[in-house]
Amino acid sequence: MDSKRPREGIANIRRREVKKLFKGLGKKVYSDIEEGKFPEIIFPSRSVRNIVYDEGLKQYILGNTSVKRSTHNIKHIRPFTQLIWLAFFVNKLVEQSKTSTLRDVFYSAQAYDVEFVDQAESDEIITDLEAVLSRAREDFNVYPEERSAIFGDLTIEYTVPGYEGKRLNLASHPDGYLIGPSLSTADFVDTSAEMVLAVEKGGLFTRFVEEKVHKRYKALVIDTAGQPPRSTRYMLKRLNHELGLPVYVLTDGDVYGEHIAMVIISGSANAAHLRELTVPSGKWIGVWGSDIVKYKLPSNSLTDLDIKRVHELKRDPRYKGGVWQRELDVFLKIRKKSELEAFAKYGLTTITDKYLPEKLDVAKSL
Amino acid sequence: MKRNDTEFAEISPSEFFYRNRDLAGFSNPSRALYSAVRELFENSLDACEIYGKVPDILVRITPLDLDTSIPDPKAYMIKVQDNGPGVDPRYVPKAFGQVFFGSKFQLRQTRGMFGMGGTMAILYGQITTNKPVSITTSIDGVQAFTFDLLIDVQENAPIILRKASHPAEGSTGIMVKLTLEGDYSRAYGKILDYFKQSAMVTPYANITFINPYGHLSIYERVTKVMPVPPKETLLHPYGMDVEAVRRLIKRSNEDSMVRFMSKNFHRVGEKIARKFINYSGFDQDRDPKTLSNDEITKFVRALHRYEDFLQPDASCLSPIGEEILMTGIKKELQPEFIATTVRPPSAYSGFPFIVEVGLAYGSKILPRGLKLFRFANRIPLLYDEANDVASKVLNEEIDWRRYKIPEEAPLAIIVHVCSTKIPYKTVGKEYLADRPELERELKNATREVLRKLSLYLSRKVSIEMDKRRFNIYGKYLPLVAKFSTELSGEKRLPDYKKLLDTKKVQRGIEEYT
Repeated sequence: MDSKRPREGIANIRRREVKKLFKGLGKKVYSDIEEGKFPEIIFPSRSVRNIVYDEGLKQYILGNTSVKRSTHNIKHIRPFTQLIWLAFFVNKLVEQSKTSTLRDVFYSAQAYDVEFVDQAESDEIITDLEAVLSRAREDFNVYPEERSAIFGDLTIEYTVPGYEGKRLNLASHPDGYLIGPSLSTADFVDTSAEMVLAVEKGGLFTRFVEEKVHKRYKALVIDTAGQPPRSTRYMLKRLNHELGLPVYVLTDGDVYGEHIAMVIISGSANAAHLRELTVPSGKWIGVWGSDIVKYKLPSNSLTDLDIKRVHELKRDPRYKGGVWQRELDVFLKIRKKSELEAFAKYGLTTITDKYLPEKLDVAKSL
Repeated sequence: MKRNDTEFAEISPSEFFYRNRDLAGFSNPSRALYSAVRELFENSLDACEIYGKVPDILVRITPLDLDTSIPDPKAYMIKVQDNGPGVDPRYVPKAFGQVFFGSKFQLRQTRGMFGMGGTMAILYGQITTNKPVSITTSIDGVQAFTFDLLIDVQENAPIILRKASHPAEGSTGIMVKLTLEGDYSRAYGKILDYFKQSAMVTPYANITFINPYGHLSIYERVTKVMPVPPKETLLHPYGMDVEAVRRLIKRSNEDSMVRFMSKNFHRVGEKIARKFINYSGFDQDRDPKTLSNDEITKFVRALHRYEDFLQPDASCLSPIGEEILMTGIKKELQPEFIATTVRPPSAYSGFPFIVEVGLAYGSKILPRGLKLFRFANRIPLLYDEANDVASKVLNEEIDWRRYKIPEEAPLAIIVHVCSTKIPYKTVGKEYLADRPELERELKNATREVLRKLSLYLSRKVSIEMDKRRFNIYGKYLPLVAKFSTELSGEKRLPDYKKLLDTKKVQRGIEEYT
């Protein structure tokens, strides 16, 4: 599988690109000041009105509206300063190959006389910088705290300081590996896997490892731990894009599970400014509403809230047609929901022995 | 039916005032002490101002008995000394020892009317302590004369107990020493307020007050600019009454109605006189001395009805003026902001008047909220504020919300009305009647100063905002410069000071004060 490995590590290429972007940003602001102009930055607006659905990309993207943030404007100068500080700060992170959590960023600002009222404000500026550079924060080494896990036959090579060149096979530890900054930036060396199975729950992830799903189905198993963090979506994207592995998503049989799958495949409105977090070819293989009927799964009734959410998603352009719309209708019709664990009623291995192969088969036709 | 056998006896003016002293502000020992100080002090101020001399006035109240354990009310001696022109010694006994109805046919604005208040104080002193008043006067600064006088109440005549002559030590002026029964412990608050407020409208005067305990209050002169002294004028036809016309006729030598009017009436010339006589139906060539009582009454009624007399002119008035008012307010209240306005002359019933209003905002001396200072012909009015027309205007006529003044902020409104005849509501001369003409002028003047304050406040806010803005740029631009330098890999900081300079605050608050 060496052929799939790029000549230069992806991580390195990205780092070089990001550093170039930062330098460009710095030079622009610097020369504006030198020329006696109030520096300004123009970037795509992230307002709700500028978030549009792109049929071709099958994801939400930002429209043509731009916002100008100018130091001339008294209301802008503070967020402008925060933005340029953030660029300065994460540029140093990238240079030193260090990472920082969102919370770290919030506190780090204080050392530079740039204050944020709360983490929500610093998170907002981080998202602004993503929009300015069209790069995910993971590209400039800022990660959220929540982490999910991966397991399976994939050999990676670290690029983080102190581990450069060190290799690891991700099937070496049965609890799986955290998808953190070092794994996200690692280069993929080799794999025997032919697919990626993303499951919503840690319990099921452990069952899959125990039942050797990675071997039986030649799969890399990923625990998304609910709605997957962006580093996990980014990892899914890389596995799909760099290694050409198809991605299958397995969630609870309810409207929220369906939406987890949707975000992995088509992205979220919140990240409409980013293009690298989606796996458009990914498939949601279950648990569908129709599976609840077909497999006679133990179920609960939909709450009013569940029903409201179904109606919301029915209007969402991402859910237009196909299995997405059909299953929403099924949920509405049967008014039932089931969890992945519900298969345990028919034996602990039913899900891996019977349900999974059947659904993978069905997925071919999606 | 039995004839009414009540005896009618003629009483002298002195006796009249004696019997009616309550009306003139001498109702009790506390009020009497305050009124006496006021009357004497105001006579001195008037004298200096008419003479055109910047006043130096000393007022001292001393208990007659030095034993301080004697409770009030008790006898006090009031000494008032000025540097005015003095009173010709020939007239001193009459001026101070006799209450007389003035036969004034000319009007001008003074604090007191005909000096009666001063005589009233002397009379009150005499009847409460049976002590003579002592007057020392010098009109040339070389020689001074001292009189000790009593008033013969029934005869309305001065009794000269002593007259002495001595060197004047270079200064003209008058010194009055008056003994009366007073209650300083009750009056001191008003007396101090009175001097403080007087000082506010006479910043050109040096006022020294020594209280019974020897404490000194000095109100120093801060300007030598004095208001233009008022001119004497004739009575306006609208201000005439039957008695006034009768007296004018008696003393005039004109033998025709037209000439009589054009000589004796304010702003009436031959042309207007002729038109009016035609209107009133009298014969133009009639000798006014031949008019019967009924005809005089008819004549006066016609005067009041006739609409084409010219409004009285205001040269007989002496407003404080914006400059002096501002100086006085600044000196006594030390406010953050002052606004003043002088309204154009107006008239009621043939009496001209001018309203001046000052405003002081934000002061460490003033209490929180609104404080009203009232003045009439430069006399502070300290009693019965609630009944005054100015209170009515402030409480009922002004829509305070539109001026957006912080409620708790110290705010003083200083109201001055000057007129040849102040429309006092009572003889006590403490508050003004709500004449519509006066009310209108007060309202307009108050609105003017409030608008100025409102403008000041909004500009103050915007200037503070400018400053805050500048501080924000001053904080962030250097950071932007620093971080962009690091990002771009440049060696030195870019010149951000040019940008900062463009955000400098250009307007200063001074421009609005």
